[in-house]
Amino acid sequence: MSAVTRSPGGRTGYYTTMTALAILFLFPLVWAGWASVKPTPGSGQQSGYGFGNFVALAHYGHGLPTYFLNSAVVAVMTVIGTLVVSVPAGYAFARFRFPGRDLLFLATLAILMVPYPTLLIPLYVLLGWLGLQNSLVGLALVLMMFQLPFAAFIMRNSFEAVPRELDEAAMLDGCSSFQVLTRILLHAVRPGIVTVALFAFLASWSDFVVPLILISSPDKSPLPVAVVNMQQRVFGSIDYAVLEAGVVVLALPCVLLFLILQRGYVRGFMSGSLRG
Amino acid sequence: MRSTRRDRRQLLGMAYATPLAVIVGVFFLVPLALVMWMSLHDWPLLGEPTINLPANYTRIADNSLFVDAVWFTLTYTIIVTVVLFTAAFGLALLVQRHRPGVGLFRTAFFLPGAVGFATASLLFYGLLSRDLGPLNPILSALGIINKPVSWVSGSPNLALASSIGLVVWRFAGFNMLILLTGLQAIPEDVYEAATVDGAGRWQQFIRITVPLLRPTIALVLILMLTGSLLAFDQFYILTNGGPDNSTTSVVMVIVREAFTRFDLGSAAAVSVVVLATLIMFNVLQLQVLRRGDRPEDR
Repeated sequence: MSAVTRSPGGRTGYYTTMTALAILFLFPLVWAGWASVKPTPGSGQQSGYGFGNFVALAHYGHGLPTYFLNSAVVAVMTVIGTLVVSVPAGYAFARFRFPGRDLLFLATLAILMVPYPTLLIPLYVLLGWLGLQNSLVGLALVLMMFQLPFAAFIMRNSFEAVPRELDEAAMLDGCSSFQVLTRILLHAVRPGIVTVALFAFLASWSDFVVPLILISSPDKSPLPVAVVNMQQRVFGSIDYAVLEAGVVVLALPCVLLFLILQRGYVRGFMSGSLRG
Repeated sequence: MRSTRRDRRQLLGMAYATPLAVIVGVFFLVPLALVMWMSLHDWPLLGEPTINLPANYTRIADNSLFVDAVWFTLTYTIIVTVVLFTAAFGLALLVQRHRPGVGLFRTAFFLPGAVGFATASLLFYGLLSRDLGPLNPILSALGIINKPVSWVSGSPNLALASSIGLVVWRFAGFNMLILLTGLQAIPEDVYEAATVDGAGRWQQFIRITVPLLRPTIALVLILMLTGSLLAFDQFYILTNGGPDNSTTSVVMVIVREAFTRFDLGSAAAVSVVVLATLIMFNVLQLQVLRRGDRPEDR
């Protein structure tokens, strides 16, 4: 593998190819940012560079703040819910023996085997029975359920990687199992928690199909559904520049969060696919 | 005394696992049973369901939109899997070795994967548009096209190609990362031994990399095939199923049955068929995978 790339000419060729590919992959993101602020006749930003399209977006429908808040509330509920369920479950799977343990773990992983769009029709009916139809709480519960296979798996692996001597020493000092979890183990499994939270945030913030089906009133729409509705509202005269402003609002938190927490993401990813 | 302590540990373990059991039970196992129950009924969006077995299932075969969607989804799945796998594997091989700057390239290739798929579809909707999109001006400046092209709606083939471009951009980095973890698990000395034995780069790739990477390749292929068979966002948002329903996928038919035709029973029946097919498909794949893992079969 090294003979070609070690020669100076090969190295230049390698870096030229890689730079070209990197530009190809980054171009659409950069373009969306540029298109949202550049002057476009007939858009919210007629002349000169500025944030006119974002102002236009802010006043669309029930207003950008409403949709943004809906998305944020759903994402926060999903992240907290996923952690509240998967951290104790991971602890239980890694440290306790109890009847039904393996069955529960398998049933959780089976969520991955079932194509998620096929569950949405019964979930729509079920949430109606529970009085959670067209509600952000119902939406967050469903999004959380789809996160659980990955989250439970990562948390179990994280707890298993912590030496048992740590719990045993704390138990001898008189800690209860709950105190062992909160005072000692939570610090030890922090990378796992970051990974699970990041995955849950990225998935719930950006999900489109689940809210499309479970949320019916426009004022409760999360941002992706609202922006798609804007795109499909008027055929023939779509304001692409405002649309790209919506894309920027949707993409920016994900891109920033990923760049900040990249290490945690990749580490969780490696442990997930290698030990699988 | 000992056994009471063990009982206590059992109860504690069950208590910690209870929230998970409740959520998995209520929001996964119940809907799974419910979708089968619903498929046996005439189940309108509003109003009382009545049993109509097996009408929902017999009608599926007559639903020409569904039959077309099955063919389209299969065609799309095969094409996109080949293209996406080639792209992801190529990228993984390019960023495999540690050298200056390689981390930046990995981040660049992966970054589209951090953006939601619906967001990416909307981005491409603008990027490929005739009004605002930069593609037509760039290609005509290079002399590749002589008049503007309607990428997402010009023809069925262009719409399909646009969707594939979107999927490769959004998912190549993600799959690259999985393949990379597999590549890095192959010990360096295997390659060194092969080099000593005089094996060339191509031979090393065919004889060492591919066989040792088989489980990872299988995992990536399962993810790609399952994801493509369930394609929705790219066709709902980017091509809107068109032109002339040519890019309507199976999942789009489910959503249409339920929320355009208000026939939840029929949507449930299509869901059950898709569910059964995919589970059989996954079990088959896993068996092929397992067989490859047993040393006596190598």
